[in-house]
Amino acid sequence: MRYSAFSLLRQGLAGHAGWQQAWRSPPLQPRYDAVVVGGGGHGLAAAYYLARVHGVRRVAVLERGWLGGGNTGRNTTIVRSNYFFPESVALYDFALRQYEQLSEELNFNIMLSQRGMLCLGHSEHDMEMMARAVNAMQINGIDTELLDAAQVRAELPLANFTADARYPIHGGFVQRRGGIARHDAVAWGYARAADALGVDIVQNCEVLDFIITGGRIAGVRTSRGDVAAGAVGLSPSGHSGVLAAKAGFRLPITSYALQAMVSEPVKPVLHMVAMSWATGMYVSQSDKGELVFGAGLDLYPSYAQRGNLPTTQAIVAAMLEIFPAFRRLKMLRQWAGIVDVPWDYSPILGPSPVANLYLNCGWGTGGFKATPAGGYFLAHAMATGRHHPISAPFDLGRFSTGALIDEAAGAGIAH
Amino acid sequence: MLLIECPWCGARDEPEFTYGGEPAVRPGPATEVGDAEWTGYLYLRGNEKGAHRELWCHSAGCGQWFVMERDTVTHATIAVVRR
Repeated sequence: MRYSAFSLLRQGLAGHAGWQQAWRSPPLQPRYDAVVVGGGGHGLAAAYYLARVHGVRRVAVLERGWLGGGNTGRNTTIVRSNYFFPESVALYDFALRQYEQLSEELNFNIMLSQRGMLCLGHSEHDMEMMARAVNAMQINGIDTELLDAAQVRAELPLANFTADARYPIHGGFVQRRGGIARHDAVAWGYARAADALGVDIVQNCEVLDFIITGGRIAGVRTSRGDVAAGAVGLSPSGHSGVLAAKAGFRLPITSYALQAMVSEPVKPVLHMVAMSWATGMYVSQSDKGELVFGAGLDLYPSYAQRGNLPTTQAIVAAMLEIFPAFRRLKMLRQWAGIVDVPWDYSPILGPSPVANLYLNCGWGTGGFKATPAGGYFLAHAMATGRHHPISAPFDLGRFSTGALIDEAAGAGIAH
Repeated sequence: MLLIECPWCGARDEPEFTYGGEPAVRPGPATEVGDAEWTGYLYLRGNEKGAHRELWCHSAGCGQWFVMERDTVTHATIAVVRR
């Protein structure tokens, strides 16, 4: 069924009784040409591109829980491509360009709102670093502008511009194409489009082990039985280290909890995504009116999806120093996702130490914005056995050659 | 909030401590160590779900480093040892 204003009207007049299931729940088959492990946005996107771009016929997505129930449903929905290094810009802007036409391509409204993302500078030194970053981004073709304090104030009138502000605002920079998208819709849209192309999406199916013969992947052992597979792609987010251990290798990755929280819904008060480099705090207002905010990682490795109080306090304190007016809002929910962070804060894509097993991991704190790219390049590697030129610099081998893409230092921000 | 048992000072709140990564032994002598071994030492980690060996420093207290085995799912301390 094609979604449109007309179909909505027709179903509305018919009492909404005619809507069909958006995707099937097929039984697990004993053999597939390609198996993607992880049914978040990235894994579903990979399955979609395997079927649509590469014409791979028998594709399965195996998900331990439910679709989009991990970091896809736990992130703060921000999309942007304001990175420092050319390799990162090529990767993240590819994703943003896909997002810009994804609703039409998938026939599913991902509610992309390119409301702009504004990063605040709290000192003259911040402003010098921002000028350097903006210059680099502009050279790489990204739509960023440096703003002075008056320009920031015009965009964010509720920010603290008083003389005794703990984090005085000296200016900032903005990427106008940045913004937010509905994260669930991205997963559901890819799932529905992949299913329509014949992909089997199997939920409640945990991968327990890998079947490896002679250094080559032959299949996966799941809670629903063994599956033979031509190629296997890992898209497990925070659990990449757990799956790598099952396949017999280690990754340059540590998993941490990353927290986020929302306030009660209020009328429109903040029309952009605002971020503070010095505190790591970022906040936007959802279409429902809730303020969605978060900041840096918890301070030690964790697989507990909740986050600890000292970090929660630091996030809330940073937001209230910068937006004192939000002091009177009640908090509705707080949660955490488990993010797999590599040493250079750039993802690890492409071949793994096991033949025919491919990686899409290490997205760390910034995976949602890259969902179309993660899926596209994992599909490319699984279908062709080779890197796409855009994903090549993100090969696991960079940790042996030393060619790291150090966005932790480059862009200065972890999200 | 973790309550961490410093082997010298006793139980203190989490903000007094700094996490220092997984313990690793530097390979050597340097002239005989290949790229793969350096990569393993510098970058590759177990990142275990469950029992996880970690270096911690009581940075806002006695300043001593120690090894703590901790469950990364429940955050429970399994063992604390002086080093």
